[in-house]
Amino acid sequence: MTEEEFFLSSHPASLEEPQRLGMVVSGSLSEGLEVKLDGSVSVEAVRSGRLVAVQGQNQRFLGQITDVRLAAIDRLLTVTPPDVADPFIAQVVTGTSTYGILKVIQSLALSSSGIEEAKTIPGHFSAVTEASAADVEMAYGTEDARHFYIGNPLDMEVHLHLDLKRLVERSSGVFGKSGTGKTFLTRILLVGILQKADAVNLVFDMHDEYGWEGSQEGGARVKGLKQLFPDQVAVFTLDEESSRRRGVSTDFVVQIGYDEIEPEDMATLRETLNLTERGLDAIYELGEKYGRNWLNTFFQEDNRTLQEALGERAEVAIGTLRALRLSLNRLKSLHFLVPHAQDDSVKRVLTLLDARKNVVLEFGRYRDNSEAQVLVANLLTRRIHEHYVKRKESARGDQEGPVPLVITIEEAHKFLSPQVASQTTFGTIAREMRKYNVTLLVVDQRPSGIDPEVMSQIGTKLACLLDNEADIEAVLAGTPAKGELKKVLSKLGSKQQALVLGHAVPMPIAFDVRDYGTPQSYAELGFGSWELKQKAQSNISDLYGD
Amino acid sequence: MPEHIGEVIAAATTEFQVQVYELHNTPPLGSLVKTADGDVKIYALVAAAETGSIDPGRQPIARGQEETDEADLFHHHPQLSQLLRTTFRALVLGHTTQSLLRHYLPPRPARVHGFVYLCPPEEIREFSQPLDFLHPLISVPGQDEIIAAFLRRAASTYLEPETFLLGAGKELAILLADQPQRLNALLKRIKP
Repeated sequence: MTEEEFFLSSHPASLEEPQRLGMVVSGSLSEGLEVKLDGSVSVEAVRSGRLVAVQGQNQRFLGQITDVRLAAIDRLLTVTPPDVADPFIAQVVTGTSTYGILKVIQSLALSSSGIEEAKTIPGHFSAVTEASAADVEMAYGTEDARHFYIGNPLDMEVHLHLDLKRLVERSSGVFGKSGTGKTFLTRILLVGILQKADAVNLVFDMHDEYGWEGSQEGGARVKGLKQLFPDQVAVFTLDEESSRRRGVSTDFVVQIGYDEIEPEDMATLRETLNLTERGLDAIYELGEKYGRNWLNTFFQEDNRTLQEALGERAEVAIGTLRALRLSLNRLKSLHFLVPHAQDDSVKRVLTLLDARKNVVLEFGRYRDNSEAQVLVANLLTRRIHEHYVKRKESARGDQEGPVPLVITIEEAHKFLSPQVASQTTFGTIAREMRKYNVTLLVVDQRPSGIDPEVMSQIGTKLACLLDNEADIEAVLAGTPAKGELKKVLSKLGSKQQALVLGHAVPMPIAFDVRDYGTPQSYAELGFGSWELKQKAQSNISDLYGD
Repeated sequence: MPEHIGEVIAAATTEFQVQVYELHNTPPLGSLVKTADGDVKIYALVAAAETGSIDPGRQPIARGQEETDEADLFHHHPQLSQLLRTTFRALVLGHTTQSLLRHYLPPRPARVHGFVYLCPPEEIREFSQPLDFLHPLISVPGQDEIIAAFLRRAASTYLEPETFLLGAGKELAILLADQPQRLNALLKRIKP
């Protein structure tokens, strides 16, 4: 394809030519471009986060506006301002004596050889326009087997797609302060992963938002995964009563036996249960002595007996056991914990995941109970981790490993804080489980509370509005042009707007999240033309073979 | 060919003096006029017109005390129109060579006794199309009245005078960036 053909094919003449915004007047590769706004474009019409295209001589650059500034051609003008009460004079001086300067971070270069990260900048006075639909599609892909529509770039009508196969290749994160639409966005991502990522999900649904139905601002109920994909999703609950009360149909009620809890699980609960170092040592001693039955025995026997029994191996103070009992008794209030579970819930989850069924675990009344959340999530994840490592290692070179698994975890700082990340399985997964086909989708409002080492392993980040400096810093750590993106991130709308950056997108982009919860949005999600065609295709192959 | 309105009576590279044939009948301030030097057409702007005695030694004196009408005065003293003359100064803005319009000074000044014509609207429009002529005009102090007058006249030859004036205003805003007060005053004179 010649250069000319390339530009013709990638930028078909559309009825609506993208509007010219101005021209490049200065800039650098590291700090971005300065663009002088044309007089015909109102400063108020350009917004931070907006996608723009710069036509260089041989390449077309895509970037986004990170800052808007006012400038005057001469300092005197700001001292003796023109008579702008006169509309004619106001119109004359706009864009000439006084003008807007846009700061643009250029990230991508489109040329006949394809898309690549921008390694140079366009020359002086290159024309800057709004990015066209063709630009967006070229950079972010069009709806297909792996690209999923997640929203629209700010101020644009064109669909923005996320490469979900890339998203699940590495761990990802959804961040944003409370009430900015993290759950809303995560729900959409989960639907996308279910449809297109060729991966299974395990969702720790701490606030009962994803399974059967969820809530939206204003109290409206929206469909959960089970309603949209009844055959592909199983809902587990820790609290059958709450599920029944909410009229939610659940597939399994989770029970965990004391004999399934290992001393290592207690280590992760150290903070929530207020365990002392000595207490923890005692737990390990108990584990050594009684094996799987350590907790049952602990609850059955009194402190004195235990002390004597342990005395053969180590000296444990009675005070330590007393304190330990106070802490561990709190576990008794968790009704899903029983001395011995009839049904191995964890095994059930694993079987379903192996059969490519997605699992949502609802917490019911334990929504705010940190002990329950940390214990269950860790216990389950530890077993899954062991299972996946075994599966992957036993897979021969020519065999594929287990189906990629995405574990969605809300309130992620509880599992991935610097204090516990090294002890929890979540920390291990975030760091190295990509090799074993398991990745995390962490959802959190305080990314600064997550271990920086874990954050650095998160491939794709989707950030809703954040205004705490430390949180913004945590999300953007290690990103080129961090300073500029910071401005975009802190200026996002407080509802349904997000910035996506990292592994799944060629360049960071701010977008309005697609709609979810209206009948039309469900139709778009489940019965879009592409999905229908795929469904028809698969029906045909089912009937007649490939 | 339209009728000529006067003749060049003194010429320099940057300006020439024109005497109009009809007393008092000077073209309006800021009008575009032209005169020819062979194939070269020289364009100039009407600035600073005056009427006075043809003999610098003999100043006009008031004669109409007994008259009731100004016209009667000239009727009763027919020599007056021969002793007085109206002249104007024309600032050279550009020329044509080989039918191409150039917004800079011609190679030679206009010829004395060369006929001077008023430019028709379409020629004004053509001349004012790129606003390059503003730059030399601005650089000479004290011409702002003439600039404003020409821009107003030129605007009236366009279908959308406001658009022309806005463009001209923007050009001035750039040229006069360091003189905001002058710009302000000039813009007030040309606003539609």
